[in-house]
Amino acid sequence: MSATMNADTNSQKSVIKGAIRIEDVVKVYDPDGAAVMAVDHCSIDIPGGEICMIVGPSGCGKTTLLNAIAGFHGITSGEIYLDNELLCGPGKMQAEPGSDRIVVFQNGALFPWKSNLENVVFGPMMEGKLSKEVIYDKAIKMMADAGLGGTEHSFPGEVSSGLRRRVEIVRALMLEPKVLLFDEPYRALDSLTKSVMHEALLDIYYKNKVTIFFITHDLEEAIFLGHRLIIMSSRPCKPKKIVEVDIPHPRDYSVLTSPRFRELMEEAKGVVNEEAKKAFEAGEKEG
Amino acid sequence: MNNASLQASEMTGMALTMYRISTWFKSPKPYLMLFGVGFLLTIWYLFVEVWQLPRFEDMPGLTEVVTEYFSPDPIYGLSVYTPEYYQHIGISLRRIAYAFFLATVLGVPLGLFLGWSKKFHEFIFPLFEVLRPIPILAWVPLAIIMFSGSETPVIFLTFLASFFATTLNTMLGVQSIDESYTRAARCLGANGWQTFRHVIVPGAMPYIFTGLQISIGVAWFSLVAGEMVSGQFGLGYVINTAYTMVTYPTIVIGMITLGVTGFITSTMVRMAGDFMMQWRVRELALGDN
Amino acid sequence: MNITKLKDKILSRAFFRGVIAISIFLIIWEVGARFESWYGYRVPWIGLIPAPTAVFESWGGLIGDPSYWMSWQMSFMRVLGGFFAAMILGIPFGLFMAVNRTFHDTAFPTFEILRPIPPLAWVPASIIFWPTAELSIAFVTFLGAFYTIVINVLGGAKSINKQYLQAAQSMGASQWDIFRRVVLPATLPSIVVGSAVGMGITWEVVVAAEMISGGGGSGGAGGGLGFFIWNSYVGGSYEQIVVGMISIGIAGYFSSEMLRNLGGFLTPWLKTR
Repeated sequence: MSATMNADTNSQKSVIKGAIRIEDVVKVYDPDGAAVMAVDHCSIDIPGGEICMIVGPSGCGKTTLLNAIAGFHGITSGEIYLDNELLCGPGKMQAEPGSDRIVVFQNGALFPWKSNLENVVFGPMMEGKLSKEVIYDKAIKMMADAGLGGTEHSFPGEVSSGLRRRVEIVRALMLEPKVLLFDEPYRALDSLTKSVMHEALLDIYYKNKVTIFFITHDLEEAIFLGHRLIIMSSRPCKPKKIVEVDIPHPRDYSVLTSPRFRELMEEAKGVVNEEAKKAFEAGEKEG
Repeated sequence: MNNASLQASEMTGMALTMYRISTWFKSPKPYLMLFGVGFLLTIWYLFVEVWQLPRFEDMPGLTEVVTEYFSPDPIYGLSVYTPEYYQHIGISLRRIAYAFFLATVLGVPLGLFLGWSKKFHEFIFPLFEVLRPIPILAWVPLAIIMFSGSETPVIFLTFLASFFATTLNTMLGVQSIDESYTRAARCLGANGWQTFRHVIVPGAMPYIFTGLQISIGVAWFSLVAGEMVSGQFGLGYVINTAYTMVTYPTIVIGMITLGVTGFITSTMVRMAGDFMMQWRVRELALGDN
Repeated sequence: MNITKLKDKILSRAFFRGVIAISIFLIIWEVGARFESWYGYRVPWIGLIPAPTAVFESWGGLIGDPSYWMSWQMSFMRVLGGFFAAMILGIPFGLFMAVNRTFHDTAFPTFEILRPIPPLAWVPASIIFWPTAELSIAFVTFLGAFYTIVINVLGGAKSINKQYLQAAQSMGASQWDIFRRVVLPATLPSIVVGSAVGMGITWEVVVAAEMISGGGGSGGAGGGLGFFIWNSYVGGSYEQIVVGMISIGIAGYFSSEMLRNLGGFLTPWLKTR
């Protein structure tokens, strides 16, 4: 099972772009003063088109890694590559943010002053390559595909938080990015809405195969969505265990009750709990 | 769900307003309000004109003020029928308009840049902070020395007060914008100017309008002081001359007029804000969902 | 710890840049003000005001002058008087409006009707009513701070998280306990903010009231920094006007700063991280 899965991703690798290679990355905050090590010699290899779930306790430094890929802040040493092109590394410690890697934020970052449709067209409009009509047509079509028909002219503040998340993902997909970076996007949602969102996300993923770098601390979510789980140790952040999820895609919610899902949960849970305990004892604040 | 949210946004207009008005009339609120205002007016009437309590006897009384205010032939020369009354209002309003316009046109961009560029902030803000603790009214003599005539100094003072309020609030507005928004814009490929135009400006808008509300308030505050100390015409001047000429009811007429015009101008600013921030009005109307 | 922090601050780039900007400002002012005596051309506006060096020279002469310090004292007394009166009346008024709905609905509209009238418009009425000029200045000062404090207290008390009240209730607290141990401390941050803003307004009003009563020729209210400025203007010693302005700036800054520190001391739970 595992072998076929690997073969599958390998065959995708040649077609789908968006492979991320993180090599020996270190991030130290405030190197002259308190010198807090957030990421410690971390290496991760994500093939293009994979859903890679980064699991770890709150405040372990996962977001630091995501911010480094997105280009919001620099790294102290190491390299990060996207499709073998250097994003950041020696000589250029901070990547340039760009529309090939789009972040879906923890608390959502739809512009509340723009209608949902205006939010969705934001990226292409800024780019200014296509005509306005083409962009708007595409946006309306993509929103309809994602079940957002009828909410185009509402403001984000007027629709439910689940719909807002979906609009945000559509906004990101408009630019046809290679990688989507999710920073615990469903943290604030209740578990019922969450399960709907998970299926919707997989639905969108099957239509537009992009690499997904997904940070979470919810194991069930991680196993349900991911091809692979990378369980991080608590601060400093470093891969501790990798769990291959050999449940074939496409998945739906029947997967949750399958024996294999339970086995994987068991396997991952021990490691995660241990780390969570460590983080709790270290007294890290949420963040 | 989609239908519900659509309906809700249509509801926010007329129907919601009507609904609110009808519930307001059914609640005890309007009657208590009338009672409160009536109570104050009764005290004024009884203390000054009926019982003539010590210290109150010199004050202008309620009926005296009302008859003067609405008399076609006022004893002290100022009522709703005299053209001078509207002339004074017009002059005060013109000064406010000049000062407020200038303060907004200069203060909003300055505040935006102070909040946006760290370098600009580090250079300019300390200077701003050094000048700000000086009360606006302490500038009066300097304003008179620097600007000739009696009109420019008053407008300058009013401008100064508005300018500080507007700039500071705009700056705070930019600083309060969640970093996720600017990051999201950069992720989506917006360049510096586009981020400024589409994220910083609308994101700071609620604070800018809070600033403009404060700004119009302090503008009236300074205008009155400026008109009382120097200057000819205007409502502050009316109040001050009424005092020196011992035409006391006119003082109260001036005060009431100031209150009303001040209230109307600040309502206008608030309505302009609501008009420019539909997204906020609709969000708040729906409550938190 | 504190000393290293201070050192860091002074050596930081931000501090350095601030110093540069202020120095440039002072140089422009100095050159602009002295230009006429050097080159015979008067720079508009700046050319009419005294140069900073002249201001400091004049200040040096005043440091030993007891009447200058007397002005400080007079203004401070008035500010404190009006401010404390506003606190003593404004805080209970605001809290009571927040707790009692009927009282709120009765009193608040009246309060809102009076609020748009600028405090200074009350000056003549206040002079007529109160027996002494001192009391009339105090009244106007009180009025300036009163509105701000009430609005802040009311806003703060109304925005208390309902769950705090429910939590206290479920633990068996009485009405008085809830008021004393939940409403009051929860409103404290807003009280602090309201007081700091109110303090600023108090200085504005005191200066204006001193100038109006001095400038208006009613006399009697002599003294105070506002009067000092007005007097310097009438007497033609322009350097002293600027000295007065700076003095008021310093006085106002220190009173606000003191309040902020006191506020920080009273609300230690707001210091996170």
